[in-house]
Amino acid sequence: METPNSTGDRIAQYLKDGKRFDGRKPGEFREIFVETGVSKKAEGSARVRIGKTEVIVGVKMDVGAPYPDSPNKGNLMVTSELLPLSSSRFESGPPKFPAIELGRLVDRGIREGKFVDFKKLCIKEGEKVWTVFVDIYTINHDGNLLDAAAIGALVALKTAKIPKYDGETGKVIYGEYGDEMMPVSKEIPIVTTVHRIGDSILVDPTLEEEDISEARVTIGGSCEGKVFSMQKGDSGDLSIEEMHKILELSENVRKEVFSKIDKFFK
Amino acid sequence: MEEKTKRTVVIPGEVLAKGEDYLPGEGTEKIGKEIIAIKYGLSEEANKLVKVIPLSGVYQPRKGNIIIGKVENITFYGWAIDIDSAEGAFLPLQEIPGYVDKDGLREIFDIGEMVVAKILDVNGRGIDLTTKSRGLGRIDEGLIVKVNSSKVPRIIGKEGSMISLIKEGSGCEVTVGQNGLIWIKGDKVEDELLAKGAINFITEKSFSSGLTGEVEEWFKKEKGGNK
Amino acid sequence: MAKDFKRPDGRGVEDIRPMKAEVGVVPNADGSAMFSFGNTIAIAAVYGPKKMHPQHQQDPKKGTLRCNYNMISFSVTDRIRPGPSRRSTEISKITEWALEPVLMIKNYQNMVIDVHINIIQADASTRCAGINAAALALAHAGIPMRDIVSSVSIGKLDKQLVVDVDKDEEDWEEGEGATDIPITMTSSERLTHIQLDGKISNDELKQVLELAKKATKKVYEVQKKALKESLEVKE
Repeated sequence: METPNSTGDRIAQYLKDGKRFDGRKPGEFREIFVETGVSKKAEGSARVRIGKTEVIVGVKMDVGAPYPDSPNKGNLMVTSELLPLSSSRFESGPPKFPAIELGRLVDRGIREGKFVDFKKLCIKEGEKVWTVFVDIYTINHDGNLLDAAAIGALVALKTAKIPKYDGETGKVIYGEYGDEMMPVSKEIPIVTTVHRIGDSILVDPTLEEEDISEARVTIGGSCEGKVFSMQKGDSGDLSIEEMHKILELSENVRKEVFSKIDKFFK
Repeated sequence: MEEKTKRTVVIPGEVLAKGEDYLPGEGTEKIGKEIIAIKYGLSEEANKLVKVIPLSGVYQPRKGNIIIGKVENITFYGWAIDIDSAEGAFLPLQEIPGYVDKDGLREIFDIGEMVVAKILDVNGRGIDLTTKSRGLGRIDEGLIVKVNSSKVPRIIGKEGSMISLIKEGSGCEVTVGQNGLIWIKGDKVEDELLAKGAINFITEKSFSSGLTGEVEEWFKKEKGGNK
Repeated sequence: MAKDFKRPDGRGVEDIRPMKAEVGVVPNADGSAMFSFGNTIAIAAVYGPKKMHPQHQQDPKKGTLRCNYNMISFSVTDRIRPGPSRRSTEISKITEWALEPVLMIKNYQNMVIDVHINIIQADASTRCAGINAAALALAHAGIPMRDIVSSVSIGKLDKQLVVDVDKDEEDWEEGEGATDIPITMTSSERLTHIQLDGKISNDELKQVLELAKKATKKVYEVQKKALKESLEVKE
């Protein structure tokens, strides 16, 4: 059942005083829990829990032809599945827009944030490059799947090992690894989403809060204040002042989120 | 005093009693000479009647139940109501107190609004509701909390003792739907959240005895901590 | 049978890999569970009973169980393309048949109980882990059942019968090669599912059933413990 109107009104009313039902401040995240090695069959994988929200993300690699416009670069493919297992709101069948959007936003966070050095994933220019698959699955939906997925993608990529590749047969030897790790940058592009409910700006909404969110802006950027990717979602609008607030909050939140996952990037 | 009965967690297929002395109650079935559990839950035996109290499961609508539902759709004949059970329910025009203007259905109950209603009938065609009694009708404001319907008896308590305690402790009006949806209305959002917290506390501990005392303690602690 | 037979991972022939089970792993669901055999991990979530949609699939005589078995793309070494396959469609149906004999859902006319099974990590016997998780999730969801089902795969590697086949064993090539026989039974020893791929005699199959009887009892104990321990009874 979607959040009833009367509960929604109470959430909005309470937010006006800068308060949330679970006691958080508007700019505060829930507890973030990250675990790696969820599937030993993946090159890298991570489970991320934000409150009761849970996603798992895996990285698989394969060798293929490069795109004609980037003959010396590896490829990235991010997909996401909103599993019917994770919520009665999700149905089986071909991916609908929310699943596509989730994959796209995570993809752009990684790509525009230059997190993976795709030049290092070229085996033979114009002929053979690595394709990196980042697959996202939802396990439990209690709001903010997107930020959870973005964190999972970063950690799964960071911990991914490159499988052995037999140059003569042109085949990947799955399950066998050398010392080669995924070439990732030192600058970590964190993707987070800021929401507007009434006149209030907040991050990391629970499902109840997400249900009444009027507008949201997903921003990918570094902890050093640079922004790499951005997209406004939902049909509500924003004032310029609100946008300023969103940008500032988003920068702080990136630092907060990074401080909770930095042990994976040392 | 709460009744002292020995309760144990049982799983489907487990033999609860043997022999002709026992009677199979709710959540059990007699197969041959054995009474087995057909649900996951707590077994209880009193006066040779063996039953299983489920702790999960979708709400089973019963005639006469007070429920809380959400208006899903408006038709020419009334309102389609989601009561969080396997089937949707219907509130027909003639089950509204007073005169109804057929063009003004939205003004009475709009889509997305919550209503307190009574189940008039459960039949092959569906579930019919009424709001023609005192205390029934639209929910204007307040919090809606959802618990599993199997926990409702604990939230109400013996002769309403638990629900009185929640009302007193929080200073809120609390209406419990048998379908597990609960309406809390107070003067301040804080009060409503206090009632919600107490309800969550009860659902987490719903199988311990002496719960009323624990809830009293909980209120003391919460109120003390917030000041 | 050769006493000195060595399984690739050093297990005794009747040893099941370490099993883990837990209920309530998907808070949103009406019931949920995880079950693992060593590196094979399955999770299952139950939603319902609820009205069946589309309407033409409604059964006015009884409730419908609808299972949906699906492997996560990175559960295996060669990435699986997302979406259903012929294999997953068949396993979904086999899973329904394995569970239906214990379900008491006659009174849920026109309704459906959805069971979503996802394999997180695969090291063979995934359908067995999936069925075990599904049985737990259904009980956890409060669905009326006359029993729990437990599933395990029995294998024949060359001439040796073994319990709980892993991936290395599934790929066994020496001698007579590998035969894989996933079997599901109720705790009262009734068979609800059996499949076989390989080559084996009738006499050996009778031994397989005996092994399955013993092994599913061990699985059942793990399932029972998971359900019992998820509820803490305070007196």
